[in-house]
Amino acid sequence: MLRLPLDLQLLNTCAALLLLLSFSMLAQRRVVNLVNLLAMQGGLLFVATLLLAWRTGEFHLFLSALLTLALKVVGLPFLLHRLIRRLGVYWDTEPLINPSATMLLGLLIVIFAFGLAQPISALASTATRSTIGVAIAVILLAFLTMITRRKAMSQVVGFLSMENGLFFGAMSATYGMPMVVELGVALDVLVAMLVLGVFFFQIREQFDSLDLHHLESLKEHE
Amino acid sequence: MEFLLLLGSPLLGAAVLGRFGSSRRAPELNVLFSLLTFLAACALTARVITGGNVLVAREQFLVDPFNVFLVTLTAFVGLTTALFSRPYMRIEAEHGRLSPGRLRLYHAMYQLFTGTMLLALTTNNMGLMWVAMEAATLSTVLLVTLYRTPASLEAGWKYFILCGVGIAQALFGTMLLYFAAERVLGAEGVTALLWTHLNAVKGQLEPAVLSLAFVFLLVGYGTKVGLAPLHNWLPDAHAEGPTPISAVLSGLLLNVAIYAVVRCKVLVEGSLRSALPSQMLMGFGLLSVVLAALFLWRQRDIKRLFAYSSIEHMGIITFAFGMGGPVANFAALLHMTVHSLTKSAIFFTVGHAAQKAGSQLIENIRGLITLSPTIGWGLMMGSLAILGLPPFGVFASEFLILTTAMQQQPWATPVLLLALGVAFAAVFGKVQPMVFGETTAKRLPHPPALLPVFVHLGIVLVLGLYVPPYLAEWYRGAAILIGGH
Repeated sequence: MLRLPLDLQLLNTCAALLLLLSFSMLAQRRVVNLVNLLAMQGGLLFVATLLLAWRTGEFHLFLSALLTLALKVVGLPFLLHRLIRRLGVYWDTEPLINPSATMLLGLLIVIFAFGLAQPISALASTATRSTIGVAIAVILLAFLTMITRRKAMSQVVGFLSMENGLFFGAMSATYGMPMVVELGVALDVLVAMLVLGVFFFQIREQFDSLDLHHLESLKEHE
Repeated sequence: MEFLLLLGSPLLGAAVLGRFGSSRRAPELNVLFSLLTFLAACALTARVITGGNVLVAREQFLVDPFNVFLVTLTAFVGLTTALFSRPYMRIEAEHGRLSPGRLRLYHAMYQLFTGTMLLALTTNNMGLMWVAMEAATLSTVLLVTLYRTPASLEAGWKYFILCGVGIAQALFGTMLLYFAAERVLGAEGVTALLWTHLNAVKGQLEPAVLSLAFVFLLVGYGTKVGLAPLHNWLPDAHAEGPTPISAVLSGLLLNVAIYAVVRCKVLVEGSLRSALPSQMLMGFGLLSVVLAALFLWRQRDIKRLFAYSSIEHMGIITFAFGMGGPVANFAALLHMTVHSLTKSAIFFTVGHAAQKAGSQLIENIRGLITLSPTIGWGLMMGSLAILGLPPFGVFASEFLILTTAMQQQPWATPVLLLALGVAFAAVFGKVQPMVFGETTAKRLPHPPALLPVFVHLGIVLVLGLYVPPYLAEWYRGAAILIGGH
């Protein structure tokens, strides 16, 4: 029987856990837990990047692992937790679709994602090509999370989870993007979160809540 | 050197205005930095005309015939909009709609926005282009919500989330592009995202991966272009933000997004050797034209009306790029230029008209011509120009696009003609009573800046009658660069 080396086994475990976390995000309704799950996703990404860096010996992967640790495990969750405390948003309301239907939809999405990844995996030469499907699944599940939520905060967590999926995809397919691009993307994400922080306070000041149903008046009507 | 000034001036401007943006002379400072940027763009253009393509900073930046004209256009409209915003924002501040802090935010972000657009246009790195596009979105989110009204917050949130998710798709597309390129250009990772290198080896890139990449890139950047059905954010963001921002969003940002789509299309078409990218562009383009024309009828807010008109024109441009070939590309580039100039001129007049009437609703703005003939005529002429009436430049480019469509895609011509007709009736019917008829408008405390309006319309008029040979040469060079069949 073909045995994978230990580090690759660990990497595959990380990928599996990432997918599991995506599903728990889909089901989670407490915003604080949602942010914790996001931080755990970041932590797994950090471990996976570090393993890959160690395996390939590529210096830029070490840097990007550090970047992940700083931004996704510490920075963003810290910012989000502070926002939650200061805004007092702890629970999301009932999701738009019932949870079991969402889960089933999620399962279908995973199958679709692996189908989509097939041609890419077949061409990839990296050791981690089998996990590209997981990355696409994480992206699409994050998308589903965003669609089914009403609170602005949960949508943002979904958005960041999507970014995690993209990052993981780039890592599995090509051992990461060039450093300058990765730095740029990280900067954009950070700025986006700061802008959002400001934005949330503006919404709250205006509506006394972060429920997005207040933001549904601009429609095409007669 | 010119290059450093081109990108440095808006960045420095953002820093300086971030500090002094609420002072009494801030609008003049804003104009000054925009002027510097424009001069740098002119110098750069001169260099490209005499010396050909410019590659700087280890090939990270590229200026070729395709983007140099967009750089100049962006810097020019950036300057005229800064001129327009000088009295406009003063009036807004005096009406008590803006605190000093928000004025500072506005001025700093205006410069930052110009800077990110220029970065997106000049970078040779597809990854950096993505970063700059996202940065351009982020710098304008807080400008859309500048007035903090419920509607503007909603518009800002929509803009943020839809463009954010859209552009995340584009990141995935860029990643796939890198993945395909790395197999050809080697795993160094330094050159594999540079457009010039990709363009050199586009024939060897894996077609299966690139077609997948193109779908994501088109959906991603297409969201920013405002292609239907991904256009939802556009009318809201245009209507709720301050008018100078509507002018640059519509006149410049949409152009930059189209530019990104076309750069990707060139690569993908070279790899696929099939009509798939062209057909996708034509499909999205046509759908946008038709949907926008229908939605034009239902608009009651003047800025929303012209936002939908922008979607329509972006559809026309996308359709033309989809047809490809020297003539259609030429027409599309010309249309990008004239649309950008005309639409920003319209927003300038609309901004002052709305200030005079105290409302953006079409039914509340009446008889502009009696109180201020210049604003009235500016709006009338701008509307006629954007609707494609001769002798304005929009007529020339639309005529070229339609005649090319008759030869290459005869099925699309009646659809386009019908949509243009519907749009004409809708916009003209709404603008006509705004300009003529009984007036309700009042005087403004500061004289409005109408010079930019007439400069823009003048250029559009000239372009309709006569495209100067060097400009035509330049468009032709870009059109050949973009290629297509």
